[in-house]
Amino acid sequence: MPEDRTIQELGLDEYKFGFNDPEEYFFKTPRKGIDPEIVAMISKHKNEPEWMLEFRLKALESFFEKPTPQWGGNLNELDFDEIYYYIRPMENQGRSWDDVPEDIKNTFERLGIPQAERETLAGVGAQYESEVVYHSLKEEWDKAGVVFMDMDSGLREHEDLVREYFGTIIPPDDNKFAALNSAVWSGGSFVYVPPGVHIDIPLQAYFRINAENMGQFERTLIIADEGSYVHYIEGCTAPTYTTNSLHSAVVELIAKPNARIRYSTIQNWSHNTYNLVTKRAVAQENATVEWVDGNLGSKLTMKYPAVYLTGEGARGEILSVAYAGDGQHQDAGGKVVHAAPNTSSLITSKSISKGTGRSTYRGLLKVHEGAENSKSRVECDALLLDENARTDTYPYIEIEEKKVNTEHEATVSKVGEDQLFYLMSRGLSEEEAMAMVVNGFIEPIAKELPLEYAIELNRLIQLEMEGSVG
Amino acid sequence: MLKIENLHAEIDGNEILRGLDLEVGEGEIHAIMGPNGSGKSTLSNVLMGHPRYEVTGGSITFRGQDVMELEADERARLGMFLAFQYPSEVPGVSVANFLRTAVNAVREEELSVMEMYKLLQEKMRVMEMDPRFAERYLNEGFSGGEKKRNEILQMLMLEPRLAIMDETDSGLDIDALQVVSKGVNELRGPEFSAVIITHYNRILRYIEPDHVHVMLNGRIVTSGGKELALELEDKGYDWVRQEFGSVA
Repeated sequence: MPEDRTIQELGLDEYKFGFNDPEEYFFKTPRKGIDPEIVAMISKHKNEPEWMLEFRLKALESFFEKPTPQWGGNLNELDFDEIYYYIRPMENQGRSWDDVPEDIKNTFERLGIPQAERETLAGVGAQYESEVVYHSLKEEWDKAGVVFMDMDSGLREHEDLVREYFGTIIPPDDNKFAALNSAVWSGGSFVYVPPGVHIDIPLQAYFRINAENMGQFERTLIIADEGSYVHYIEGCTAPTYTTNSLHSAVVELIAKPNARIRYSTIQNWSHNTYNLVTKRAVAQENATVEWVDGNLGSKLTMKYPAVYLTGEGARGEILSVAYAGDGQHQDAGGKVVHAAPNTSSLITSKSISKGTGRSTYRGLLKVHEGAENSKSRVECDALLLDENARTDTYPYIEIEEKKVNTEHEATVSKVGEDQLFYLMSRGLSEEEAMAMVVNGFIEPIAKELPLEYAIELNRLIQLEMEGSVG
Repeated sequence: MLKIENLHAEIDGNEILRGLDLEVGEGEIHAIMGPNGSGKSTLSNVLMGHPRYEVTGGSITFRGQDVMELEADERARLGMFLAFQYPSEVPGVSVANFLRTAVNAVREEELSVMEMYKLLQEKMRVMEMDPRFAERYLNEGFSGGEKKRNEILQMLMLEPRLAIMDETDSGLDIDALQVVSKGVNELRGPEFSAVIITHYNRILRYIEPDHVHVMLNGRIVTSGGKELALELEDKGYDWVRQEFGSVA
């Protein structure tokens, strides 16, 4: 049995008990790099149906075929052979708290995050005190027919739904990183909201206990059936510490007629991470999709949440904020495609650059012929905190329909000497004054977040800025 | 309270203040009048520590302390306040939020949310401001009069020991001028001193100064009581130039 031998060769036999009780064991691919064997191993480890393995292998081909994109940030130092594509640290396994870098620990300290939660966030623990809260919420969701689980469980328990939609919004060959994710994905969330169901409390990824919340290649699929509403909050504002240097997620949203999905993310990656994420939504007739996207940390982020307005009267909104500190490049923005009449969209993008940081707005607005009476507004504002910081704007606009109303506005401002002097003359230190200007700048986005996230976003940016002034 | 001796200051290599002397005692209100270009605004910026101005000579002592090396925020915490002629806009930061941060920055003990709210309500009533004003973003889209009222509101909230008012009266209609003056008079007392910098006499009808100084070419060329302001109004700045142009 050649297949078995291969698994033995790969060292999989160490984990033979892992299949029954995966929560107790640590699993990692035996070597760095990616090839069909590794992909097959991941799929096998997860006990996946054959079609998913085929999906993965086909995606891997696309990954190999596609060149590394050269149009955005610098990806030339990213070495695909130096990455483990599947790591699954489990309770009492893998890293310990002592292995977490000092600066990350300090940040947790300063954010006032309880120890139990810190360990979860740092990927070294699993017990989380909100477990009780989670279980009572889960009962309510179950009663309403809401499905909310990690993607691996989703595939096991709701295979038909997953098979119907998985990879339909973002096909594996969409781009090199979507292809990579499709080949090696693990974790992420699967959400289904039945027709007419409104979920009042935001679904938060960290409620999912004992699941792979923040893997390197997580995959999320949210289906909001007709007339339903869901607000999903992904990630957390504490710095996400990964041993790997590449995070490449795929998020697909489907808002059926009259449904509304709001998807909020605040991510704060460690400064060695390439954060290359594909997020795309389809809004059907009179549906609404809103992306609220905050990008902090990382070495390079390339992320452009997209909304395809495919049904008449659909609405899309993308709010993004990015902070680029020393040595960081935030290449972010949004894409909206108007493919039906009477659709409307709003993109608001805010970026802050400091030191040698660079922020780029990259956006696409496309209006197909026949998408009459569509309205769109794009606003991108950049704030530079000092002389060296850099910002660029690449707004691509393709309009094939005459009866449309589009607006585009871009501003670049610097924190001025006079502005700082004014605030300092009222007793604020230079750092406090700078933080106040920055917090004011991102206020239009912060106010769209649940209060605790907004406060944490402000505090995080303040932490990132500290020690940088004077 | 405030003692300025032989102050020299320049901006972009141009000397603006050329040996200015001024002494302001506890509880005193001083008016500094002068034509455009005499260095009035430079004086207010230098007193508060604007980084763009370079002090090239002389000294500034406030409450017995040399403040020359202090940053603007340190001066503010000592009790200095500058009412700006052109206050900066800070989008996204509400007046209430800004004031809360500022008041807590200059006070030794933080005020509770409730105390802060009551204090703000009270001071806004003095300034005859709509309570909703507190939710607007700082100076963004404010009319000239609203900006000036807001400056005085900040002064009332921060309760400085010394206020420097840089042409606070310019561009105000008579109603606004009265309200602004009322705000200043509210603080008037043995623990509050002010330097009112102005081009015109009219604000001095509402805020009676103890001393009036005339500034020309970066120096104070003559000083007197409130009657000097009236004389100046009568005779105009040409008279000052003729009379004192040679000494300045």
